[in-house]
Amino acid sequence: MALTDKQMERYSRHVILKQVGGKGQQKILKSKVLVIGTGGLGAPATMYLAAAGVGNIGLVDFDTVDLSNLQRQIIHQTADVGKAKVKSGEETINAMNPDIKVTTYNEKVTAANICDIIKDKDYDFVIDGTDNFPAKFLINDACVITKKPFSHAGIIRFEGQTMTYVPGKGPCYRCVFKEPPPPDAVPTCRQAGVLGVMGGVIGTLQATEALKYILGIGELLTGYLLTYNALTMTFRKVKLPKNKKCAVCGENPIVLNPVDYEANACDMR
Amino acid sequence: MKIKVNGKVTELKESVNITELLDIVKAEQPDYVTVQKNDEFVDHDAFKSTFVEEGDNIEFLYFMGGGR
Ligand SMILES: [Zn+2]
Repeated sequence: MALTDKQMERYSRHVILKQVGGKGQQKILKSKVLVIGTGGLGAPATMYLAAAGVGNIGLVDFDTVDLSNLQRQIIHQTADVGKAKVKSGEETINAMNPDIKVTTYNEKVTAANICDIIKDKDYDFVIDGTDNFPAKFLINDACVITKKPFSHAGIIRFEGQTMTYVPGKGPCYRCVFKEPPPPDAVPTCRQAGVLGVMGGVIGTLQATEALKYILGIGELLTGYLLTYNALTMTFRKVKLPKNKKCAVCGENPIVLNPVDYEANACDMR
Repeated sequence: MKIKVNGKVTELKESVNITELLDIVKAEQPDYVTVQKNDEFVDHDAFKSTFVEEGDNIEFLYFMGGGR
């Protein structure tokens, strides 16, 4: 399907890029991205994907908008406080770009539903915008098992990190971090705080990886962990080996189905 | 002797093991850090028996759980 005149105008700054062009923009419009968590990371990632014209966006979140979210979760506005986050997110996307079809999942991802959600629209790429280790391991394992590429990220205080998993192309999150730390062993944003812009920097990098994957351009963060320190303004790209002993993608996997780990303190209200 | 820890040149008086190095660099949550020595993962149960030598490239990778 060719781009309409309106679309040619809306996406003109993409179309003019030789790595994108009209063809690439059509790929973007046909693509499907699932964003799990519409918070600090998921909010900016979703907004840039919607602006870019990612035709199908799935939003997963079980929470409602809280006043304390607005310092960083820019997809939600003051008037949205109390509203389901997926609803608020959907409204922002609709106001931004009529080309986007939004599917909302107003639920928490669990071992029981995550594979069904990923398979629901046969999403091309998954963005982990969650805030706790049980969810991060769940998303990793589900993506490895269903062979879906995904972007992992985490932020805390003035620091962030992100890596991209592509099936068969490099290590997964579990290759690097074997299993979730015990609850409360590692501080969360709620306990330690986070500078609001951290999600903007890292979430936008996640959206960049999704777009590059869809377009098939450049080099992804597969086999690398990118770390960012805002205080020293330092980015580091750390090479990651694949872990043959990885419990989910290694030579003898023992995690054959996604696992629900005990929720940590960040989930409790 | 000189080694690199997360890209930073670090001067050590003598060879130390990974557990001692975590203490020297005052790593947060040393029990939950992932360690790479010269591009290979070092298992947690090998921290005490793995010594760093001149020119080694050590990466400490930390859990970052936030996102919302
Ligand atoms: Zn793995």
